[in-house]
Amino acid sequence: MILQTVIYSIVFPLLSLTLVLGFIRLLLGPTLPDRIIAFELISITSAGIIVVSAIVTDQAVLLDVASAWAIISFLSVIAFSYYIEKWRGRP
Amino acid sequence: MNEILISFLLVIGSFFMFVAGLGMLRMPDLFLRMSCSTKAATIGVGTLLFVLALYFANLGVATRALATICFIFLTAPVGAHRIGRIAYLVGVPLWEGTIKDELRGVYPSDACRPFGQECRIPNMDAPEVSADIEKRGD
Repeated sequence: MILQTVIYSIVFPLLSLTLVLGFIRLLLGPTLPDRIIAFELISITSAGIIVVSAIVTDQAVLLDVASAWAIISFLSVIAFSYYIEKWRGRP
Repeated sequence: MNEILISFLLVIGSFFMFVAGLGMLRMPDLFLRMSCSTKAATIGVGTLLFVLALYFANLGVATRALATICFIFLTAPVGAHRIGRIAYLVGVPLWEGTIKDELRGVYPSDACRPFGQECRIPNMDAPEVSADIEKRGD
């Protein structure tokens, strides 16, 4: 009971606030790498939200979703950096 | 007792994530922001996954959670290093309070600066590049 209360009143609001801050940096970010690291923060926070959802709904299957999400997030960051490296043009 | 410990660790982990978001918004520089996002968010997600392993108390779940923790701890520095190197080469401006810039002068001056112009990632094996570096280096 105390676990549900703590999750719904503290953990989910903190993680959602992290998402909001990441989105603000994604909108503000002066350069493209700023936006990429904001995107990385958003995706890793989403993995955290999935993990907390696995606890609050008592479904261990969601852990697989979180690990696949982490893999895709890492691959997207590598792909973005490769794109900047091969990029000849204006910002 | 177990529930209280799990709630406490969850609050710790989400607080680390929140610190990462706050640093992402407040830090003055791309590289400082990247340090926030890498360190604090990695610790936060690691704590959350550890809490998941504690909560289910199951061998399969604990193994997968540990594997995910190891994966995140291994790949977050790799991604951050790659983004940071490319951002430095592309010419993202450093914070004006930066004291030490150890990469200054290591790459040829026309390697990638300024941002948005023709960008040439130096081939470190090319003879003229290595001669340039040896000329600059001390």
